[in-house]
Amino acid sequence: MAIISKDFRALRLDNVQRDFGAFNALKGITLDIARGEFVALLGPSGCGKSTALNCVAGLLPLTDGTISLDDTRIDQLSPEHRGFGMVFQNYALFPHMTVARNVGFGLAMRGESKANIVERVAEALRLVRLEGQADKLPGQLSGGQQQRVAIARAIVVAPPLVMMDEPLSNLDAKLRLEMRAEIRRIHAHLGSATIYVTHDQDEALSLADRIVVMRQGEVRQVGTPEALYARPATLDVAEFMGFRNLLPGRIDTGTQGAAAVVTVEDTSCTGTPVGPLQPGAVTLAIRPDDLSPRDDGPFAAHVEQVEYRGRAFFGIAATGRGTSLHFHSPVRVKQGEALRLGADPDRILIYGAAP
Amino acid sequence: MRDISTGESSILDRIWILAVWTFVGFFILNLIGVVGAVLVDSFATRWLGTWLPTGFTWHWYLDAWQEFQLGKILTVTFEVVGAVVLISGVLGVPAAYALSRRDFPGKQAVMLLFLLPLLVPPMTIGIPLATVLYRFGVGGTIWGVILANLVPSLPFVILITIPFIDQIDQRVEAAARVFGANTFKLFVYVLMPLLTPGILAALLLVLVRTIAMFELTFLTSGPTSQTLVVALYYAVDAAGVRAGQSVDAMAMIYMATTLIWLLIALRFVNPTQIVGRQATPAGHDA
Amino acid sequence: MTDAALPHRAASASLRQRLARRGVDATTLLVLPAALTILGLFVYPFLEGLVLSLLPKTGGTFSNYAKFFSDPFLYQTIPTTLGIAVPATLANILLSVPVALRVRKMKRQRFLTTILVIPITLGTVLVAEGLLNYLGPQGWLNRTLITLHLISHPVRLVHNYWGVFWSLVISGFPFTFLLTLSYVTGIDPSLERAASTLGAGPRARFRTILLPLMASGLAITFCLSFVQAFAVFPSAVLVGSPAGSTRVISIAAFQAAYETYDDSLASSIAMIMAAIQLVIVVLVLAGRGFLYRGPASGGKG
Repeated sequence: MAIISKDFRALRLDNVQRDFGAFNALKGITLDIARGEFVALLGPSGCGKSTALNCVAGLLPLTDGTISLDDTRIDQLSPEHRGFGMVFQNYALFPHMTVARNVGFGLAMRGESKANIVERVAEALRLVRLEGQADKLPGQLSGGQQQRVAIARAIVVAPPLVMMDEPLSNLDAKLRLEMRAEIRRIHAHLGSATIYVTHDQDEALSLADRIVVMRQGEVRQVGTPEALYARPATLDVAEFMGFRNLLPGRIDTGTQGAAAVVTVEDTSCTGTPVGPLQPGAVTLAIRPDDLSPRDDGPFAAHVEQVEYRGRAFFGIAATGRGTSLHFHSPVRVKQGEALRLGADPDRILIYGAAP
Repeated sequence: MRDISTGESSILDRIWILAVWTFVGFFILNLIGVVGAVLVDSFATRWLGTWLPTGFTWHWYLDAWQEFQLGKILTVTFEVVGAVVLISGVLGVPAAYALSRRDFPGKQAVMLLFLLPLLVPPMTIGIPLATVLYRFGVGGTIWGVILANLVPSLPFVILITIPFIDQIDQRVEAAARVFGANTFKLFVYVLMPLLTPGILAALLLVLVRTIAMFELTFLTSGPTSQTLVVALYYAVDAAGVRAGQSVDAMAMIYMATTLIWLLIALRFVNPTQIVGRQATPAGHDA
Repeated sequence: MTDAALPHRAASASLRQRLARRGVDATTLLVLPAALTILGLFVYPFLEGLVLSLLPKTGGTFSNYAKFFSDPFLYQTIPTTLGIAVPATLANILLSVPVALRVRKMKRQRFLTTILVIPITLGTVLVAEGLLNYLGPQGWLNRTLITLHLISHPVRLVHNYWGVFWSLVISGFPFTFLLTLSYVTGIDPSLERAASTLGAGPRARFRTILLPLMASGLAITFCLSFVQAFAVFPSAVLVGSPAGSTRVISIAAFQAAYETYDDSLASSIAMIMAAIQLVIVVLVLAGRGFLYRGPASGGKG
């Protein structure tokens, strides 16, 4: 019997709220997740992403709102009746059970026959490439292997939805990259929906079909990785997505169109407005990856620090007024060197708020 | 490499270390003397004015068994101990689970409620408790003794078990729930196997402490509900009525029943747990 | 799922949900059976005893207490008990600290702690019987002292103050020691190493690092040991002089209850015992307020 996910169309969160005493950890999340979709909840710690996941899992009761699978409300169900799979941050493997019993736990709880359990556990272990480890205890495995057991345990019951709560945060950098590819491969194989909670934007960008950026218990932006990377909807999302250079500027005329001219310090440059703008104070947002030395660059600066990161040099330069700019350069630049920095107009985003 | 923290070398330091170990040795020597004197005397035919008795015999043990009706007393002792262990476990483990897993209004007060019986010495609570038990007609019966012994035992089980439950990651329980375990299955398949060492330790310690609990049993027991330690007290108190060796033989039987269980308990717990590290409120009010 | 659904939600966020949000649910209720048992077997008898102590056989409300504090045969038990309990407790603590500081550096503590736990487990009745043999005029200790020519005639070591004192040391020292050891081993050894790299010798490290971190634990250890010693009963009868120098307060309470059958007076004495214990514990713990009470490990956690 193959591990194939139960058929459903969409999981729907409608105005899901959760309070802890007077603290609103979730201020009304509304989200649809389709079958087969990989959705990442992305945000800094304390933004409510884990709370949202625990609400979906049934581990935290909602303060308000509903969760439904197609037309069935599930938010009143206890976790054991939802039939989802979950991978916990520290794996939460049962320390007294072998790998096989850990993986088979969900099947045993559902009263499956012994032979069926053995077969499906073996298949799940094959899928996470842990064939030889079935009789070991979790304590005898490496971090990466424990991670695979946790994933196998979550997928063996063929859940309509797999939830992962920062599953890679306890692994070292190399293993993280490996496991990312594994998770993506397993997700594609299963065809179930996956909700993946992380604070690491690289992880979210590389894994997800759709990213939900959260801050302070609210959804700030929902979009594809490409959209989120190129056009963060708000300044704080931009900052979180790696726009390290946030410069105060002014525009003289309101804009609606594709480009606008902004006065920054004693120079001016052309950028792309995000949303309509009123004349007055604005903020420019530029990634270090997009800001580089070029002869016609608007920003005159001298190099303060520079370090080599393999593909390019990354550095900090100060403008005449002392503003620090993070930039990159394909060729070596020296400390103290004067240069002009610039970026393509569609890589300079203009937001209507002060930083 | 020399460990700096143990790098004492001056003569004063060495004398100090020597003094500390001398004291420990002296203490243990006296301890062996105290226990050994009982042991040797219980086998002595006659022991007056010499280092060791003039001859050795087993017959004091037979005498003691008959004279003090030890068969009956041992039966009562184990009935009491068994009931106390069972009731303490059945009431204590769920309470410990709730205290470990939930934060509720008044939790501090409940913790205090369970700490106080361990802090108040049995003699202080024993007299009012005995008065109440006699008034309700259970004073002097085996049930009176069992109820009295629950006063320190139940809190002891709770406070020993809480840290064991704390150690179980809540996410392991959450995982069991997500993968379909209801409360009963969660308890049987996940909590019980993980808690067995802790519960076993707590119950064995209660067993040892209840065998040795003198004051509460003394104050609440009647002629038919004496445990071994109380019978021993009466025998020692009435010294001269019976041969000293007979009393010592009984003391050895008492010692054996206690130490067997202690040795079993020590396979599962650290000796420091017997004095009840948990009885110190430091971890809760600091 | 629009406005029509709202009243339903408000209703479903009923008492049960509101309680659950504060942490009260079915799991919390598991604490109830145990709590009720202790309320019934500990708190209720205590309150009952308090009331009973105010209903004397003869005389006014406080006449039991008046009687206690006017009859030297009764009130003298307080100084007698303190005179045994305080020195014995102090001796146990002063001996425990240096031994615990040594033992924590041992790899194999288990053997020593196992030996020391035996007298606690055996209890005071057995220790008293052992002391009667061991310290008696024909006992091994007197024989040893005579053989060493330290004394010429056997010394009277039991049926007096010292019999009870030694009994409290034999069973009390292991108790204080094991408690102290558990506090001392809780102190992060890297703190001491850090102090030594900054030039602190063993004595300076004890004074500036160990003692302040142990102080709070020692105060609690003192309270627990003192309370046990203050309620001393079997050894005061068996190896002491229960009609004279070791007529402790427990004996007075016991005699009132089981020899003169005056439950009311016995309850009063139990209440006085509890009050004295409480006063000492409160004094010691109040003194602890001046001491450091944070964690005894380093920066983490």
